[in-house]
Amino acid sequence: MNLILHVWRQKGPNDKGRLEQYEAKDVSPDMSFLEMLDEVNEDLIAKGVEPIEFDHDCREGICGTCSQVINGIPHGPEREITTCQLHMRRFQDGDQIYIEPWRSRAFPIIKDLMVDRNSLDRIIQSYGYTSTHTGGVADGNALLVPKPAADMAMDAAACISCGACVAACPNASAMLFTSAKVSQMAVLPQGVAEAVRRVKAMVGQMDSEGFGNCTNHYECEAACPKGIRTTFISRMNRELMKSMVKAD
Amino acid sequence: MILDGKCPTGPIQESWDKHRFDMKLVNPANKRKYKVLVVGTGLAGGAAAASLGELGYNVEAFCYQDSARRAHSIAAQGGINAAKNYPNDGDSIYRLFYDTIKGGDFRAREADVWRLAQVSNNIIDQCVAQGVPFARDYAGYLDNRSFGGAQVSRTFYARGQTGQQLLLGAYQALMRQVKVGSVKLFARREMLDLVVVDGEAKGITCRNLVTGEIESYWGDAVILATGGYVNVFYLSTNAMGCSVTASWKAARKGAFFANPCYTQIHPTCIPQTGDHQSKLTLMSESLRNDGRCWVPKKKEDCDKPAGEIADEDRDYYLERKYPSFGNLAPRDIASRAAKEQCDDERGVGPGKRGVYLDYQSAIDRVGEDTIRERYGNLFQMYEKITDENAYKQPMRIYPAPHYSMGGLWVDYNCMSNLPGLFVLGEANFSVHGANRLGASALMQGLADGYFVIPYTIANYLAGVKPGSVTDEHPEFKKSAEEVQGQVDKLMNINGKKSVAQFHRELGKIMWENVGMARSDESLNNALKLIPELRDEFWQNVKVTGTKEEVNSQLENAGRVADFFEFGELLAKDALHREESCGGHFRVEHQTEDGEAMRDDENFTYAAAWEFKGAGNEPELHKEPLKFENVQLAVRSYK
Ligand SMILES: Cc1cc2nc3c(=O)[nH]c(=O)nc-3n(C[C@H](O)[C@H](O)[C@H](O)COP(=O)(O)OP(=O)(O)OC[C@H]3O[C@@H](n4cnc5c(N)ncnc54)[C@H](O)[C@@H]3O)c2cc1C
Ligand code: FES
Repeated sequence: MNLILHVWRQKGPNDKGRLEQYEAKDVSPDMSFLEMLDEVNEDLIAKGVEPIEFDHDCREGICGTCSQVINGIPHGPEREITTCQLHMRRFQDGDQIYIEPWRSRAFPIIKDLMVDRNSLDRIIQSYGYTSTHTGGVADGNALLVPKPAADMAMDAAACISCGACVAACPNASAMLFTSAKVSQMAVLPQGVAEAVRRVKAMVGQMDSEGFGNCTNHYECEAACPKGIRTTFISRMNRELMKSMVKAD
Repeated sequence: MILDGKCPTGPIQESWDKHRFDMKLVNPANKRKYKVLVVGTGLAGGAAAASLGELGYNVEAFCYQDSARRAHSIAAQGGINAAKNYPNDGDSIYRLFYDTIKGGDFRAREADVWRLAQVSNNIIDQCVAQGVPFARDYAGYLDNRSFGGAQVSRTFYARGQTGQQLLLGAYQALMRQVKVGSVKLFARREMLDLVVVDGEAKGITCRNLVTGEIESYWGDAVILATGGYVNVFYLSTNAMGCSVTASWKAARKGAFFANPCYTQIHPTCIPQTGDHQSKLTLMSESLRNDGRCWVPKKKEDCDKPAGEIADEDRDYYLERKYPSFGNLAPRDIASRAAKEQCDDERGVGPGKRGVYLDYQSAIDRVGEDTIRERYGNLFQMYEKITDENAYKQPMRIYPAPHYSMGGLWVDYNCMSNLPGLFVLGEANFSVHGANRLGASALMQGLADGYFVIPYTIANYLAGVKPGSVTDEHPEFKKSAEEVQGQVDKLMNINGKKSVAQFHRELGKIMWENVGMARSDESLNNALKLIPELRDEFWQNVKVTGTKEEVNSQLENAGRVADFFEFGELLAKDALHREESCGGHFRVEHQTEDGEAMRDDENFTYAAAWEFKGAGNEPELHKEPLKFENVQLAVRSYK
């Protein structure tokens, strides 16, 4: 099939940026979306045009690096997958495809489709951990973790930190991301000792990074490639309430 | 030169404890005066940087991704081994040690493997304390499964995302140190040279992948934890950015490269669909617990839909050849068997490079729901990529390059022959011999990072004056100029072929000649073709854009340039090793029924190669391997 792409090109953070039109020819339905872009880039290189820069690494939906808004939707039209897992059989001959970077004040554009997401790392730095150090811990089975708690912790921990939740939110809120880590730690007995300090620190950091507020649009849940639920946001809000009444 | 691994002597059970006592310590008040560079933030590097930061060292950590959490360890699915013996099924440190030595086809150092098995239990405890959500049973205890043909259940797992969860545990510990200021993190940096001063590793030269600047960093010691090199085959299960560059640059500066020919080809990957293919996706090995591998008995049947081929016309080749292990035969054996069927023109799917992995018998036996419970996410992943429903028709799988057992040579302290250069995780050659067992790479990465390097690095640092060499030293400037020189060279060739085209062609040479089955003829062929293509690369590669900005073409060009030099060494090592062992299969060395034949008399050693300048023959150094605690035996899975 043949497609028309409209791709966001931007030299650097201070450049204004614009959509450029390219043709993608002889696209096989078995190709992944990024393989289609690889081929387009090969064409551009042959013509001496600088290829489109985009972030990617594992190409199997787990590293969280790839990050493209495809036809207005972070990671594209299919639910619960990342950009790199999208395949061209989802498209039809003659389709026009718009490809843009994540857009948020907290994610400055580096070049073309690449953005800087270190604000998410800083949220984890603020308290997204248990304060254990290497060595001197108890036997793994000394602490029993009921299966439902372990399962719920895993549901939350599945986050790949891609930032699609932020990109999808009209307020560019990072509540889904932050609440997933807060919840993982809050449901596990290992995390309980620091729960109060953790939620305060992480929410504080999130606010200071310039992410917006949550006004219950649920777009984050719809865009999340790992199916992380907004119930974790409610859980974080409860943790935050608790932290207000408890001294840390 | 005969190399010495500096293993402790005496009873192996006490070797690590005794060694820990014998090693020197660094006074707590002095630790912050030492600066340690850690390149790589995967399981090995992340765990090392966090642990060293906790101890009070001044750490700087580097990765090429935008975040430390995206290292390729994140992609590991299946699980991590430990000798806990929670299920009470007869496991022990000795058994894990024995299985690893045997699985590696008797080509690893006993003492290192013993230590790995010993600290495996600490790893699980550590990860639990960090909040890694391992699978639990209803009573709340840690759950185990059996994996990769082991006869005991010793694999701990977090759904199909074990690597992700372990890495996030290490990453979070690292982030905690970043916050307290003991670790400084440099993301989007690529190490492009090792700085060696008077024979000791004292720093690195990096390219800032955002600004293009060439930057120098000094340290009292350098740790490389930069992962594996199987992207030399172009198509592999590794992430796109995985490369041999960091290790190869160190090798060019004098670090020995050991056993490069030991590469692992994983049997259960989704087959290639066309030339556009950029990577191959692994399907967890656990699939072979219930799936049956087969191909049509008759060539004419290969184009028919699987459902139209009667049971008596199917060749369940693993069950036929290995009646006792059947579909659970080790990775190297299962991979080679699949290739043989396809070479015999009985492969299925596009290009006829595929075999069936069939769940029908299992579904008939335990029901579709149970199969969905066990493998639901994998079936889903398969469907996303192939658009086929594996409950209704068999999966198609084919082997793909997956893991590198070879790596930089290190002694028992994980230190290379260059003092001050330590190598951890997949980047070193230490514990897996000629073949790695499932769920043991995660174990090794975390063992090296959490429980080995914090002790062994002190032994080295205690003899070094902190800050005695800094980036003021002329070697740093020299190294930066060399790196700049290579960048300029690549930018100025302005040829006609893209970097990806060269990488694909190199990969094809490697896969066809140095892949699953190697012969004198194929290896010599590779040794003729690689230098030819390399020469063409340096004449005709086209790198667009400029060097002062994000430029992934330039990044890839550097990586491919290193794969060219390294690929040749890999082929040379494979040619010199006149035996078949583990992942290294020489067609000249097999029994009548096609089984690998080791030559213990002549090849019970690790081959460590010294780089002698581009175009010159590398020099081989041997480290003899002694087996005092296990009996050398023929690995049989019949
Ligand atoms: C798909 C897949 C599934 C797997 N499943 C399992 C499993 O179930 N069980 C198991 O035990 N093992 C498994 N493995 C193997 C295991 O995941 C790896 O061997 C292991 O995670 C490697 O860890 P590492 O820390 O050595 O390297 P990596 O995690 O690869 O980390 C390398 C680090 O080095 C950095 N780096 C590399 N080069 C440079 C450079 N030049 N400059 C700066 N930084 C650099 C990278 O940024 C990264 O941070 C699997 C592997 C794959 C590919
Ligand atoms: S490239 Fe890793 S998730 Fe897409």
